[in-house]
Amino acid sequence: MVDQNDIVLPIIGLEIHVELDTQTKMFCRCRNRFGDPPNTNVCPVCIGMPGVLPVMNRRAVELSMKVGMALGCQVASVTKWDRKSYWYPDLPKNYQISQYDLPLSSNGLLEVPLADGATKAVRILRAHLEEDAGKNVHDLPSGTGVDLNRAGVPLLEIVSQPDMNSVEEAAAYARTMQRLVRWLGASLANMQMGHMRFEPNINLHITRGGKVHKTPIVEVKNLNSFRSLEGAVAWEIRRQYAAWQEDPEGFTIERQGKQNRGYDDATGQTVFQRGKEEAHDYRYFPDPDLVSVQPDQAWLQAIADSIGELPLARRQRYIDQYRLTFKEADALTQDAPTGDLLDAAVAAGADPKRCVNLMLSRGSAIANERGCSIAQIGLSPAPLAELAIMLHSGQVNATAAAKIFDLMLDGRQTPAAIAAEQGLLAVTEAGEVEAWVDAAIAANPQAAGDVREGGKKAKKAFGFLTGQVMQASRGAANPQQVQEILTRKLG
Amino acid sequence: MSAITDLSAAELAAAIAAGRAGAEEAAKAYLAVIEQREGQIGAFNEVLADRALDEARAIDRRRAAGEPLGPLAGVPVAIKDNLCTAYGRTTCSSRMLENFQAPYTATAVGKLQDAGAVIIGKTNMDEFAMGSSTENSGFGPTRNPWDVSRVPGGSSGGSAAAVAAGMCPAALGSDTGGSIRQPAALCGVVGLKPTYGRVSRYGLVAYGSSLDQIGPLTHDVTDCALLTRVIAGYDRADSTSIPQDVPDYLAAIEKPIAGLRVGLPKEFFSQALDSEIRQAVLAAGEAIKAAGARIVEVSLPTSRVDSDGDGKLSSFAVACYYIVASAEASSNLARYDGVHYGYRTPAKVDDIVDLYCRSRAEGLGAEVKRRIMLGAYTLSSGYYDAYYLKALKVRRLIKNDFDRAFQSCDLLLCPTTPTTAFKLGEKTADPLTMYLADVYTLSVNLAGLPGLSVPAAISAAGLPIGMQLIGPVFSEGRLLQVARAYETATGITRLKPPQ
Ligand SMILES: [Zn+2]
Repeated sequence: MVDQNDIVLPIIGLEIHVELDTQTKMFCRCRNRFGDPPNTNVCPVCIGMPGVLPVMNRRAVELSMKVGMALGCQVASVTKWDRKSYWYPDLPKNYQISQYDLPLSSNGLLEVPLADGATKAVRILRAHLEEDAGKNVHDLPSGTGVDLNRAGVPLLEIVSQPDMNSVEEAAAYARTMQRLVRWLGASLANMQMGHMRFEPNINLHITRGGKVHKTPIVEVKNLNSFRSLEGAVAWEIRRQYAAWQEDPEGFTIERQGKQNRGYDDATGQTVFQRGKEEAHDYRYFPDPDLVSVQPDQAWLQAIADSIGELPLARRQRYIDQYRLTFKEADALTQDAPTGDLLDAAVAAGADPKRCVNLMLSRGSAIANERGCSIAQIGLSPAPLAELAIMLHSGQVNATAAAKIFDLMLDGRQTPAAIAAEQGLLAVTEAGEVEAWVDAAIAANPQAAGDVREGGKKAKKAFGFLTGQVMQASRGAANPQQVQEILTRKLG
Repeated sequence: MSAITDLSAAELAAAIAAGRAGAEEAAKAYLAVIEQREGQIGAFNEVLADRALDEARAIDRRRAAGEPLGPLAGVPVAIKDNLCTAYGRTTCSSRMLENFQAPYTATAVGKLQDAGAVIIGKTNMDEFAMGSSTENSGFGPTRNPWDVSRVPGGSSGGSAAAVAAGMCPAALGSDTGGSIRQPAALCGVVGLKPTYGRVSRYGLVAYGSSLDQIGPLTHDVTDCALLTRVIAGYDRADSTSIPQDVPDYLAAIEKPIAGLRVGLPKEFFSQALDSEIRQAVLAAGEAIKAAGARIVEVSLPTSRVDSDGDGKLSSFAVACYYIVASAEASSNLARYDGVHYGYRTPAKVDDIVDLYCRSRAEGLGAEVKRRIMLGAYTLSSGYYDAYYLKALKVRRLIKNDFDRAFQSCDLLLCPTTPTTAFKLGEKTADPLTMYLADVYTLSVNLAGLPGLSVPAAISAAGLPIGMQLIGPVFSEGRLLQVARAYETATGITRLKPPQ
């Protein structure tokens, strides 16, 4: 049945759930925080006790509008809240407050950069706001329990059009979205903390003999890592093509419509989910406990004004204006505050490249150790600029700069003060450097001879002598100056 | 019985503030009436005797210490058992919530407490406020103090009966389709359903959220104004409550009514209406006219009440109401599932769905189940447009009718109920007949308007007849003003059932 001439086009759409980074929950004042002991961030409202009423979190709506605007969406002039009914132990009211026919944002576009330098435009169908459910905790000694800490946390559901055609495009879209929501301060978008979950819709359009066959659409539920997303999409593409080849007439969207599957990280396979595939009737209707939201022009404008430069635009600016490589520019535009730091240091008179080197060497290493962004390690624009300027003018060398960098993060001393106190200032006093050079030559006659003779060993010996001088100066000598003197003496 | 229980709420508060009476004395006197009459009436789910006495003594101490007292200081008030209180239980007269202890107090109840009221008990009601007779209580019916073989009306029947029987000078009820006004009429007391959003719903166990409103039941119009003033006002915890100042209703009600135009909606006086009630309400219109108001005829076509071939009433508004209220109820009551709190089946269950089904089957009564099923059906895909969406359109037409009517009059006068109090069991076999008991009241909820029921007359059979005043949004003051003028002109007030 396999036909080498088949043209297989995957059609992929993605629903991304993003937990918003608000202080409090969507409809009550409970703390929105991951990792607290079960059922500690709960109140009568978010556990749906009789008689309680929801009150909307304005900040969550603002963050959602910000994301919508950054995606070029139309932000609704009137939006309302609807109840979506289904029965589940982790859903306290057995309905979820969501948005049905009037989502906050609709009809946007996300430009997704691909590895080959091309850009893929993915249309955004809608982005609506809802409250999250809680979590069933299995395997307790007492059986299954319900943790409602997450119940009522604001969740932005961003739904794309089925515009992606490969695993790479789907993953790139998801990563671009992660960067955007982080950039906007809308979400920490931390996968380990469940801040982002993916639900891809996948089917294939297979052209064989001039006829297009469409496989049933599969929605893979609740993927919580990029790896799972990639694995699930890749598996579905392979599985659906194989299944269609087995049964080209039966395995079609016309015959089978849509089904839900789960993904098993251990096997890398999707598995059929019973139950969920039944025609669902959520019995949506407007929530009578909440009034509709009509953002006025001033509110919308204030949010629009807060967006500023978007990450991909800034990355391009760094390449054009600061002459950074793509890799450098990309690394510095993972979140807005890191880039803001660079811009501020440059504005203070520092050379962009020097700043970037400092940020991406020691800065990035420390950030990795602490599992945070470069902006969060305690770096401020003024000391960063000062250190970059000292490095550029030769007042300190790279080794010294790295030491100063670590010591200035607590903000207690300026780089100059640290350098002076630690004896890290470059020694440019010609006499002193010359004395260290003479001592090194005297102590290493063999190496000095190799340099004088020239030939194969000369280069290595020269480097060795330079190193000896630097060691003797405890890193304070200017290596360029050392090399000049060495050359003069042994040349 | 001690004369202290003959005082109105306003008089009692004044007497306590002046030191002419004690709050403890008042609480004891009313607890004694409850002791004496509760066995016959069944108005209370729970009498909070100890707590009430403690609260009353605290009021007396404050007065003795010269501390300021609220406008209801020492006045015993009964609370419908669907209003959450952080003391006692809040059962909604349902097995499902039989042991529910709310960790919070409803805003309206909290305001009463702040005004010095002494909460004396939680009153019986139709389960989850679904019913028109207080026969649908999970804990047995309440009986009408005027004739204990008859219903007090519903669903705030416990509150209405408690006031009528002299067990407390005032009570709170909730009104989704007439549940304050209808029992007020059948028990001969004053009952107000305020404008939707006038009183915070926070802490009111929801039935039909877009229709529910808390209001007072009292012996006279002055007390009604006093309690409304206390419980009304914006509440941050209820987004549907309206940020608008609360007028001084007490000051408003004594003003003359000369020049006010009172509309009689002709559709509410059709052949379908009991002739004795029609005569009583029309006579009340004459009395109001004599007091200086003008009477005009108006039309509310969408709310019209017809009589079909069998002599049964029919109304678009009733159909619309049962779709909207049931749809919201099906959603509001979904949380009672045996998982989170409330009743859980003791049976061994197969799985979670079995647990849901058995807990709800065992914990909820027939009328509640009927409305949940009706609501789930009308909201389900495929039927939504035909029922729920159409009901919303009818609701809009009903509102438009009222708006149009209020262009030619300042308020409406009409019956509160199609009949006087009926016998227990008389309508329980036929839910549709029971639904019609609210035929004159539920349009008001659909339109979000204030409605006031005041005693208009006593029937030949010795049962109270109520009349209803309806006004535009936030016209509570005007309704109370006209009702007060009627009281003054006719002396029909503070009716006492024969003992
Ligand atoms: Zn909460």
